[in-house]
Amino acid sequence: MLAATAFAVIRTRSLFATVMLSGVFSFLSALLFVTLDAVDVAFTEAAVGAGISTVLMLGTLSLTSRFETPSPRSSFVPFIVVCVTGAALVYGTLDMPNFGSPDAPAQTHVGPDYLARMPHEVGVPNAVTAILASYRGFDTLGETAVVFAAGIGVMLLISGLRRRRRDEDLPEPDHDRKEQV
Amino acid sequence: MDLMTAEFILGHLNYWLFIVLMMTGLYIVIAKGNLVKKIVGLNIFQASVFMLYISVGKISGGTAPIFPLDMKIDPEVVYSNPLPHVLILTAIVVGIATTSLGLALIVRIREEFDTIEEDQIEEIEQEMALAEIARHDAQSAGQA
Repeated sequence: MLAATAFAVIRTRSLFATVMLSGVFSFLSALLFVTLDAVDVAFTEAAVGAGISTVLMLGTLSLTSRFETPSPRSSFVPFIVVCVTGAALVYGTLDMPNFGSPDAPAQTHVGPDYLARMPHEVGVPNAVTAILASYRGFDTLGETAVVFAAGIGVMLLISGLRRRRRDEDLPEPDHDRKEQV
Repeated sequence: MDLMTAEFILGHLNYWLFIVLMMTGLYIVIAKGNLVKKIVGLNIFQASVFMLYISVGKISGGTAPIFPLDMKIDPEVVYSNPLPHVLILTAIVVGIATTSLGLALIVRIREEFDTIEEDQIEEIEQEMALAEIARHDAQSAGQA
């Protein structure tokens, strides 16, 4: 179903449908995360991926256009590039451990260590919350910095837009700025 | 190494499916000229990387890594690895930040070029460059 949604995104020309399909994709991946025991990730994906990013994209569409013009370029070269990359990645997975095996390298180092130490060191029932806020607090700090920087970037880009629009509406831009002060 | 046994294929099928999804996203990014669609493709690529990570953390017969409230942990219960979950939680939030920045750039590009198709933007830029060269030529001819 995920693959079907992704292929539909390639085929469709209406950008509105594309955005809706990307929301559907996010919800389906949230379902997948639940079956893979990652309930916190599923929760975030449903809220952020399907909620906020769909709203942001719809906002962009309302400021731009709603339909895609067909591209004159051939799709053969990208297809070859994608196939080669995919083959290299599949070759890379051949060395990976089987899905869900308990003795995989990922399962034998820090993960179990966190699980063993967490109950008496942190005392929060949810292991994901404990690691996120306690053991890996600096990651979260860095994440906050990234979000802050992105927020400033978006504000700078969009606020310029509003001011220029107002300047176009009014014949005397200097007069407009004086009024604001 | 005994490739192509049924156990090996079943154990790796999920990785291959995620790679197919990843390549779908990459194809959209490369082949489509519309900038909004490129962002959607980037999101699909990103989400499939998340799925790959989460599936690495899964243990067969395991459950979500949430302990009972009284913290009396049954040693029989297997919990899936919480570390990939934490990393991907961070990655989702960073992903939405980059998406919003990309969308803001698209709005800005649309304002400047009045289109969000890559081909048309390239055409306009070419025209602008040609006009610049022509003006420069005219100036140097006037000086001579």
